[in-house]
Amino acid sequence: MRMLLFLLSLLLTPMSWAQATPPLIDALATDDYAAKEQALTSLTETGDPSIVPALKALEGGTLYRRLADDKVVIGREDGDSITLTDPLSGAVLGTEPAGNLELIRVNNRLRRAIGASLGALTLRSPDAAVRQTAADAVFVSRDASALPLLDAALADEKDAKVKRSLEQARAAILLGDETLSTVGKLSAIATIADKGGQAALALLNPLTGSEDAAVAKAATEAVRLIENKLAWAAAAQNIIYGLSLGSVLLLAAIGLAVTFGVMGVINMAHGEMVMLGAYTTYVVQEMIRTHAPGLFDWSLLIALPLAFIVAGGVGILIERGIIRFLYGRPLETLLATWGLSLVLQQAVRSIFGPTNMEVGNPTWMAGAFQVGEVTITYGRMWIFLFGLMAFAALMLLLRRTPLGLQMRAVTQNRAMARAMGIRTARVDALTFGLGSGIAGLAGVALSQIDNVSPNLGQGYIIDSFMIVIFGGVGNLWGTLVGAMSLGIVNKLLEPMAGAVLGKILVLVGIILFIQARPRGLFALKGRAIEH
Amino acid sequence: MSRRQFLRSAVLSITGAALMLGTAGVALAADKPPIKVGILHSLSGTMAISETTLKDVMLMLIEEQNKKGGVLGRKLEPVVVDPASNWPLFAEKARELLAVQKVSATFGCWTSVSRKSVLPVFEELNGILFYPVQYEGEESSRNVFYTGAAPNQQAVPAVDYLIGEGVQRWVLAGTDYVYPRTTNKILEAYLKAKGVKAEDIMINYTPFGHADWQSIVKDIKKFGSAGKKTAVVSTINGDANVPFYKELANQGIKATDIPVIAFSVGEEELAGIDTKPLQGHLAAWNYFQSVKTPINAEFIKKWQTFTKNPKRVTNDPMEAHFIGFNMWVQAVEKAGTTDPDKVIDAMVGVAVPNLSGGYSAMLPNHHITKPVLIGEVQADGQFETVWKTPGLVAGDEWSDYLPDSKDLIADWRKPLSCGNFNTATGKCGAK
Repeated sequence: MRMLLFLLSLLLTPMSWAQATPPLIDALATDDYAAKEQALTSLTETGDPSIVPALKALEGGTLYRRLADDKVVIGREDGDSITLTDPLSGAVLGTEPAGNLELIRVNNRLRRAIGASLGALTLRSPDAAVRQTAADAVFVSRDASALPLLDAALADEKDAKVKRSLEQARAAILLGDETLSTVGKLSAIATIADKGGQAALALLNPLTGSEDAAVAKAATEAVRLIENKLAWAAAAQNIIYGLSLGSVLLLAAIGLAVTFGVMGVINMAHGEMVMLGAYTTYVVQEMIRTHAPGLFDWSLLIALPLAFIVAGGVGILIERGIIRFLYGRPLETLLATWGLSLVLQQAVRSIFGPTNMEVGNPTWMAGAFQVGEVTITYGRMWIFLFGLMAFAALMLLLRRTPLGLQMRAVTQNRAMARAMGIRTARVDALTFGLGSGIAGLAGVALSQIDNVSPNLGQGYIIDSFMIVIFGGVGNLWGTLVGAMSLGIVNKLLEPMAGAVLGKILVLVGIILFIQARPRGLFALKGRAIEH
Repeated sequence: MSRRQFLRSAVLSITGAALMLGTAGVALAADKPPIKVGILHSLSGTMAISETTLKDVMLMLIEEQNKKGGVLGRKLEPVVVDPASNWPLFAEKARELLAVQKVSATFGCWTSVSRKSVLPVFEELNGILFYPVQYEGEESSRNVFYTGAAPNQQAVPAVDYLIGEGVQRWVLAGTDYVYPRTTNKILEAYLKAKGVKAEDIMINYTPFGHADWQSIVKDIKKFGSAGKKTAVVSTINGDANVPFYKELANQGIKATDIPVIAFSVGEEELAGIDTKPLQGHLAAWNYFQSVKTPINAEFIKKWQTFTKNPKRVTNDPMEAHFIGFNMWVQAVEKAGTTDPDKVIDAMVGVAVPNLSGGYSAMLPNHHITKPVLIGEVQADGQFETVWKTPGLVAGDEWSDYLPDSKDLIADWRKPLSCGNFNTATGKCGAK
């Protein structure tokens, strides 16, 4: 508060700010958070925009104390050593090994204060995008002392969008003022209501209980309108969440739709193929981190073919080594593959250790974007698209290639296929390898949203079987429709019944459905299904 | 035995045998018969992620004690068994440790359900179990020493800290099992006693390993937009945490808006996440690796040398085993024997240094005194302590905030010797 009051008194005559001096910055190098806050206050009081890089570094965890002389510097990691620059002038100060520096740490209270100062200090930046961020920061901090600053910025603002944000920030601050007149409050409510969304609700909700009847009425009306809009958004959001969950389920199940659906092998080790794909991603990322950090954003694309080869290769080994001796004996297959899944899990645990492995998100997978009031995260969107692409590719392979034709021929009538000169053993191995390889691809995608641990696959195996059976064994379209509808039903039930009960309801629903239609949504008809 | 069990136990016995071979060398070194110490932690299955580390830390502590000459002039011999995250198997393995291996003390268990599973075995065969994990309380057994935090040593101070930070609205999110449910029951009663209204508390449970947090995180965001400062108190356990935090980061919930304080997320769990977007989220523990004390620096160094991994992290349950093991050593030396009855009696009042700088003492209720720390996640996956209780907090086994247990106390000293003494009726065992 005090710091901003001082700040604005300086900034009202914009050219008169004090010079931020190195001793002021060096005061940040203390272990005591109260003292750090004090130092931040006196820094901000100078109103000198040249401290912005230092504040950003403090927020981003790149502001260090040089142990030799207690000087505060901005550091950039450069392999094992850290390149130092002066926080005020930006001059390069050479490099130091990490051991000679101590990071200046921040807590949440400081982070909020930094956000408020940065917002206030950059309100008049020449860059419109920076001004937009600054306006949003002031909207969040709602610091009354920033008001004259805002007014000054508003008077100069040319960009319509930024101007609107500034007005909204101003209204947000005004609403916090108890002494504001009814008229002033009503106009502020109108501005905020115009912004809409959760943030506006947070501001308007407390006002619905206002003693001033006119204000309470206007606020209640605004809240009602916003909530109406949000209700539609929430419904749309739930559907999107459902599709996103559905695409994850689809990815996990689609490989099984080949091994179990097409070949009829009850493969309990399917989840472990997914896990192998995720670990391949981890290994690829580790290699990239140590050898070519610049390629990190490509890591997933590099991992995709490798994961397919690793999981597919293991799949072929399993088929040649175990499953081919067990065709036609489902119970034994079930037990053998279950045991195999335990062996694979323990093997991975012995090689990589039992703890979770860190798989990073490339920049294009992180964050979210808004469509109206609906938030869509990039990671989920890419996984959704990837799921559909994997499905389409598999469909093409099975329907349009000679290999696909052979696969279908062998699974429909083995004896006849052999009589026609198809090498059935080879096709069996390839089909199983294909299903496993697709599971490996799923692992790359799942590594982005789930734990990369030896147990990764276990969480998906039940769901995968459920979807393949629900959709209709042997029918890929059924798997697609099954995964998507289960995802959506799950997400529509979850807000109403809670995650635990929602899951139970889905299971009960599926049991009842299977009772009524034992062959699932899209039952295959014909002789092949009879045995 | 079904084939499935057969396959599983075949795998396990091979791993087990390998471990036995590794430890057999120690036994030959001493002239007197060694003292056997049981280690009952899952090395396979879902809990291996957390428990394997505790097995390793026990092996390190035992190795060190042996370098110092063992206990009572006898070497210590670790007996490692793998209960494989399978609760009934915990009871079987506990029986094997006590009846076949005749161990003098056992260090083990992580989940409450595994502890409940072995409890009758330890009571029947009069063994000693050291339980190193924070738990829901509402229990005190003569044969168990609880070196992790009781709810008043973790959950309640954490909520106090957030109240001090101005939080008025609370999301209690947890995995659906006994620890989160009991802890949240205590917290709900505590918050209501502090004047928080029912509409300002949202309680949410999710299944184990819940991976799709989209709608729950959205609900939290919505709940947090009522114009009051909101925080999430998370008793989400194990594997579900990584997707939860990833979703928080993706939906842009920052610690400065809605902080999440976790009771089950430590340095080990963060090792699997990119922590940059999580900076400022909180955890409440009795120990952080970042604690700056000479004894902690030494412990971390030993651990990283022992595991041959200079990046290996330490965490709170490891410290609990460190405390528990040193307490046991001291109690055995004090009693001059490994006879369980005498050691159990000698345990109460034993005090050993903890890693946060200070001494932890064993209380008559078989819980210990510990400091409570609140830490914020840093970009490097460590916690920065932002708050600490001024002194040590004594573990309270029967919560004062639950109507069923507020009159109960435990005191295993003679002549009372009771784990659930009702101070209102003056009777033992009356709940």
